[in-house]
Amino acid sequence: MLRRRLYPIIERSEIMKALMFGWEFPPHILGGLGTASFGLTRGMALQPDMEITFVIPKPFGDEDQSFLKIIGACNTPVVWHDVNWDTLENRFGSYMSPQQYYDLRSHIYADFRYLHTNDLGCIEFSGRYPDNLLEEINNYSICAGVIARTEEFDIIHSHDWLTYPAGIHAKNVSGKPLVIHVHATDFDRSRGNVNPDVYRIEKDGMDNADHIICVSNLTRNTVINNYHQDPAKVSTVHNAVEPVSREIEEIEPIRHTQQKIVTFLGRITMQKGPEYFVEAAYRVLQKTDKVRFVMAGSGDMMDAMIRLVAKRGIADKFHFPGFQKGKQVYTMLKSSDVYIMPSVSEPFGISPLEAMQVGVPSIISKQSGCAEILNNVIKTDYWDIDAIADAIYSIVTYPAMYKFLREQGKAEVDEIKWEYAGRKVRKIYDQVLGR
Amino acid sequence: MKTICFYFQIHQPFRLKRYRFFDIGEDHYYYDDFTNEQIMQRVAANSFLPANQLLLELINAHKGKFRVAFSFSGVALDQLELYAPEVIESFQQLAKTGCVEFLAETYAHSLSSVMDEDEFRLQVRQQQKHIERLFGMKPKAFRNTELIYSDEIGEIIYSLGFKTVITDGAKAVLGWKSPNFVYQSATNPNLKLLLKNNKLSDDIAFRFSNYNWSEYPLVADKFIDWIVRTPDNEQVVNLFMNYETFGNLQPRESGIFDFLRALPAFAFKQGIEFLTPSEVTLKLKTVGPISIPNPISWADEENDLSSWMGNDLQREALTKLYSVAERVRLCKDHRLLQDWNYLQTSDHFFYMSTKQFTDGGLYKYFSPYDSPFEAFTNYMNVLSDFMERVEAQYPTSVDNEELNSLLTTIENQEKTIASLEKEVRQLRRSSARSEKPAPAKAPRKAAAPKKK
Repeated sequence: MLRRRLYPIIERSEIMKALMFGWEFPPHILGGLGTASFGLTRGMALQPDMEITFVIPKPFGDEDQSFLKIIGACNTPVVWHDVNWDTLENRFGSYMSPQQYYDLRSHIYADFRYLHTNDLGCIEFSGRYPDNLLEEINNYSICAGVIARTEEFDIIHSHDWLTYPAGIHAKNVSGKPLVIHVHATDFDRSRGNVNPDVYRIEKDGMDNADHIICVSNLTRNTVINNYHQDPAKVSTVHNAVEPVSREIEEIEPIRHTQQKIVTFLGRITMQKGPEYFVEAAYRVLQKTDKVRFVMAGSGDMMDAMIRLVAKRGIADKFHFPGFQKGKQVYTMLKSSDVYIMPSVSEPFGISPLEAMQVGVPSIISKQSGCAEILNNVIKTDYWDIDAIADAIYSIVTYPAMYKFLREQGKAEVDEIKWEYAGRKVRKIYDQVLGR
Repeated sequence: MKTICFYFQIHQPFRLKRYRFFDIGEDHYYYDDFTNEQIMQRVAANSFLPANQLLLELINAHKGKFRVAFSFSGVALDQLELYAPEVIESFQQLAKTGCVEFLAETYAHSLSSVMDEDEFRLQVRQQQKHIERLFGMKPKAFRNTELIYSDEIGEIIYSLGFKTVITDGAKAVLGWKSPNFVYQSATNPNLKLLLKNNKLSDDIAFRFSNYNWSEYPLVADKFIDWIVRTPDNEQVVNLFMNYETFGNLQPRESGIFDFLRALPAFAFKQGIEFLTPSEVTLKLKTVGPISIPNPISWADEENDLSSWMGNDLQREALTKLYSVAERVRLCKDHRLLQDWNYLQTSDHFFYMSTKQFTDGGLYKYFSPYDSPFEAFTNYMNVLSDFMERVEAQYPTSVDNEELNSLLTTIENQEKTIASLEKEVRQLRRSSARSEKPAPAKAPRKAAAPKKK
């Protein structure tokens, strides 16, 4: 806000207006996408001449709208209904003005009465990742058509594959350039066994984009090699982290034991490489028994992991506390001595940065995007169980190692700011628009 | 008349093999033989042998007027003896010409000068003996690991009998002064200092084949011309560099050998002579004292010790290592002592430097590890095993003094036993002579206390 006042004379024509399509926005998030979207938009909003309209499927009303405008696809009418002001005020007045609804309603561009809509003429969205995801993606893109006809903007920015069709639609309607932001590809999620439907949507989005932003060079290479994109239109803008809030800083770690704690936190799926963690734990426990291991999270490989732990005979030292949310995540992190992310393929991977923020030394796989920008972490190949075990042993045994990574890691990650990432994105906008 | 003083360093560390924590207590062999052998043989073939050959030719061609000095680390000599003994032979040939001086340093190329004085003294002696055995001359001038020097270290060096020390011409120490003079230590006027001319040394060692350098290509007459143009009163140009500069760091194709071949002829034409460090300090007068309160070295921009003990990891590893120094010195197990030397080599700590995150080049070039953390972990695993071995020999439950006195007692007892046995033998022999027929059936050797 202060900055805006510092630069009072900005002509309307110089302001950069971006229409962004996203799927998640804090506080209601399911994965890293929401966190990254929030951080990036907030970092970009620090530029005095930047205006962002952010579309998500379903706002809950408690999103922070101080630095951008949020439009919910579920509040966007696609069928004309006569609704009075008060009704609208009651339904979503706290986070969207009725006038916005009327503006959108004036731009309905086709007859969508065949769709299932509610009394306001809006399509319902789950805002999650339901079984009928493809249908939801399609509906989202229909709403995007209405929004693109209503709003004024210079550039379109789509976050992740779910919103690519919406971006393309908006581009076709408005003629404005499309930038897509690749937070992950299906090659990362599936270890190579891509879903053809997802691949088609991803490829379509990239083909239609004027520029592609990737979260790491690793992802950039995938986009160039597996989606056959021209390297000239693919850039890397590494993610960053939000500084930890006061509330998080005040969380007290829970330590009931003198033993060291090594934590894995994330979805227990093939992509995250949980089995390598278990095998490494087994090696460490053969040499020392002063360490405990925690695998927090849930996922389709959880049962298999519990079985593996039992088979190795280390169940007394290896714990599965289940899915953690909100503050629990930070309590868990703060109570740990080592954080580990042995991902097989991680487009970026923001969690080790969060661990480092609260002073927890991290071990990450070289196959993670964040390895490209981090120095004060231990990097190993995800399959190199011996190296992972050695790294764990080193941190829990040699105090200098722990201290060094704790202090230097925090100092390093404190300098990785969204503001800088935001500036890079802005440069790409300017380049695409020829400004 | 101006003088050029050449000194070449020869050093290679015993690189450690990948040593995981589960090897601790199981595996007591620490070295990566394959890599060490490969590197040593490559360096020998590309650099040492052709360079020695060239130096020999030059010395013969100029009838002894061309002179150079070498400094070997003991660990490098050990490796040469293991992997490239022909190099030692060729150095012995050079030694025979009498135009080559060999310098003293620490055996292990260690940081003992700043960590442990007793160890430092021991290692210098060890190195001196080694050089004498191989080359038949006792080193008289001293150069420390990586040219580390301070007034305090100077005192120790002087007390070891050296009057000439080689160190770096660090800007921080010299200020406006020129390195091209002989200086003396501020605390001890009898100790003479030769300072490296950083500009001219690095022109050869680092910039010789750099296309982006404004002076590229560097040729011998141009180089000699620079030396001629130094102010008239400046006496000596100290060119100190790694011997691998010739043929390895600067490859043969860069023309480095031709440069070296042409250098003496141009120098003599301009009336410049070549002397070894000891000869320089004998011949030239000192111009004044120079005070070096904090240790300097020849590494990086800072010319300090930060490359080896700049971060917590390095300091921790060093402190842990030297915490067992006294114990190790008490022991006589050859393998343990050898490992003790090899683990002290400064390179292990150089690999742990986190300065490589900011200026990577040199560290990445030399380090066999991907990251300083890997270097630290590997080293500490090895060190843990080593310390367990020391502990097994002499448990920490016995304190050093007690242990020392016990060891002395054992040693004295052994001596007594030996002399007594000798006496018994003599007596027996004389008694046998006096009464010949008697069957000698005296009980041999009383219960001698066995050495553990």
